[in-house]
Amino acid sequence: MNCDVRLMKGNEAVAEAAVRCGCDGYFGYPITPQSEILETLMALRPWTTTGMQVVQAESEVAAINMVYGGASLGRRVMTSSSSPGISLMCEGLSYIAGASLPCLIINVQRGGPGLGTIQPSQGDYFQAVKGGGHGDYHCVVLAPDSVQEMYDFVAEGFDIAFKYRIPVMMLSDGMVGQMMEKVVLRENRPRKTDAEIVAECDSWALTGRHPNRTHNIITSLQLQAAEQEAVNLQLQAKYQAIQQNETRWDEYHTDDADVVLVAFGCSARICREVVDMARSEGLRVGLVRPITLWPFPSDRLGELAQQVQMLMTVELNAGQMVEDVRLAVNGQVPVCFYGRMGGVIFTPDEVLEQLKQHL
Amino acid sequence: MDVREIICEQNKVYSKSKILTDTTLHYCPGCSHGVVHKLIAEVIEELGIQQRTIGVTPVGCGVFAYNYFDIDMVEAAHGRACAVATGINRLAPERVVFTYQGDGDLSAIGTGETIHACNRGESIVVFYINNAIYGMTGGQMAPTTLCGMKTATTPDGRDPKLHGYPYKITEMLAQLEGVCYVTRQTVASAVYIRKAKRAIRRAFENALAGRGLSFVEIVATCNSGWKMSPVAANKWLVENMLPFYPLGDIKSVGE
Repeated sequence: MNCDVRLMKGNEAVAEAAVRCGCDGYFGYPITPQSEILETLMALRPWTTTGMQVVQAESEVAAINMVYGGASLGRRVMTSSSSPGISLMCEGLSYIAGASLPCLIINVQRGGPGLGTIQPSQGDYFQAVKGGGHGDYHCVVLAPDSVQEMYDFVAEGFDIAFKYRIPVMMLSDGMVGQMMEKVVLRENRPRKTDAEIVAECDSWALTGRHPNRTHNIITSLQLQAAEQEAVNLQLQAKYQAIQQNETRWDEYHTDDADVVLVAFGCSARICREVVDMARSEGLRVGLVRPITLWPFPSDRLGELAQQVQMLMTVELNAGQMVEDVRLAVNGQVPVCFYGRMGGVIFTPDEVLEQLKQHL
Repeated sequence: MDVREIICEQNKVYSKSKILTDTTLHYCPGCSHGVVHKLIAEVIEELGIQQRTIGVTPVGCGVFAYNYFDIDMVEAAHGRACAVATGINRLAPERVVFTYQGDGDLSAIGTGETIHACNRGESIVVFYINNAIYGMTGGQMAPTTLCGMKTATTPDGRDPKLHGYPYKITEMLAQLEGVCYVTRQTVASAVYIRKAKRAIRRAFENALAGRGLSFVEIVATCNSGWKMSPVAANKWLVENMLPFYPLGDIKSVGE
């Protein structure tokens, strides 16, 4: 068992994980605050070791379409960007979802809209969870709250992506991407061999037309309405299975809680501190941290709503996830919201103060 | 004599390439796409690279090319074929990858992806079907529409003051180091078709040898969009398109 422990940035952890977990290709374009992913990969030169390819594309549009090409081969491919770049990738993301291709996309969010700021934000929740691109589709969205999770979610993201042939998005932010923490580097996974890819993906991927099958076609186009609806129904069935099997969340002091905070990513890290501070003052506060933002832990929040007096959603945006929390709670108890925008980050005292105003 | 006695193996003088499926082409009668498909299929068959070849189709009339070639194919978003082909080429360099794109796809919305794939010298073949019009969407102005040419969006003819000038991306791409072969061909007559096939073969041979990117423009007709009979369209192409888009090799490295 490899128990290598290192101190590194979230962005560096993603690059390290990509090489170590058998990723075949990375295609990216520089944008703050995530450029270290591409820089670290270029410095690691994985094409000389594992054979992983790394390409600096001419744009985010090109990068996501290179991912589309690589994914169509049945290879493990990924890209990363930050908010404005992810907007540019949304067209390609819709095509990838429509063609049922597996891949990993990392969004190290910054404040918006527009060119916005390079400071951390969670303003892309709607874009990540509700679609972003056109048409009825979902990505599985993983929200890391630590450098360790940025590392771990690379391998986990690929596993989910291939299990369901779906794009997986890791929705990080400029804080988790830039901060340094110790990371346990898990056991390496080798890249899949050509034979393994044929065994795993020959029914759909571009493994090369051979005498034992007809030609494979990767497309998201169905001109006949009934055929397109059949594709939509297949996608929806897949999404239902993912909702049943892959919903992940973390709880902190919820057992006896009167009030539950709901927060993801770096906001959840801050809210853990808020829970500790509140408890030291005798307030029974707990925390639910959705790890998958889609699928969302709606059932668990609905259950908790029967136990608590109130929920408070805490996000670095104007209130996005709070809509899903309210849908989950369905009016059983009040759900209030506190957020900061534009790259401003709340302190634990500030959040606790806000919480007390609602009690 | 019964017609069934005439249709027999010993009287056969032509058969389509095995690389073409039996699917009926959706192209309008007289359109150049069918001929170009045939040539590409023949070359793939002659080189024996069916299993090694992966095609990337565009958005435009060529979108359904994946139904006609009996090889593994992927349909790219509008203009992005060269980026998709890059992803494939980098991860499966032993494959022979080609894109098949129209003038709107390649030289309007996909200009950036095209230039940069050429500049990186991706070892792929790019087919650029230039019929000076957007066929699939109903005959609108393309980047290559000639001045004065009437289309659905230039009903009074293309006026460069209003719509800009037609441009020759093929000559521009020939300037890039990563491109090993740049040629412009047409399929407007039997002689042109033979020359075009030689160019297509050479492009695939370059990809097999890893020489760099080969770019093959085919000046094509869109008789429906041009509102002409197939015969008149071929004549119009020779008289009007070829003076502006002259045929021949523009760049050929390693000769």
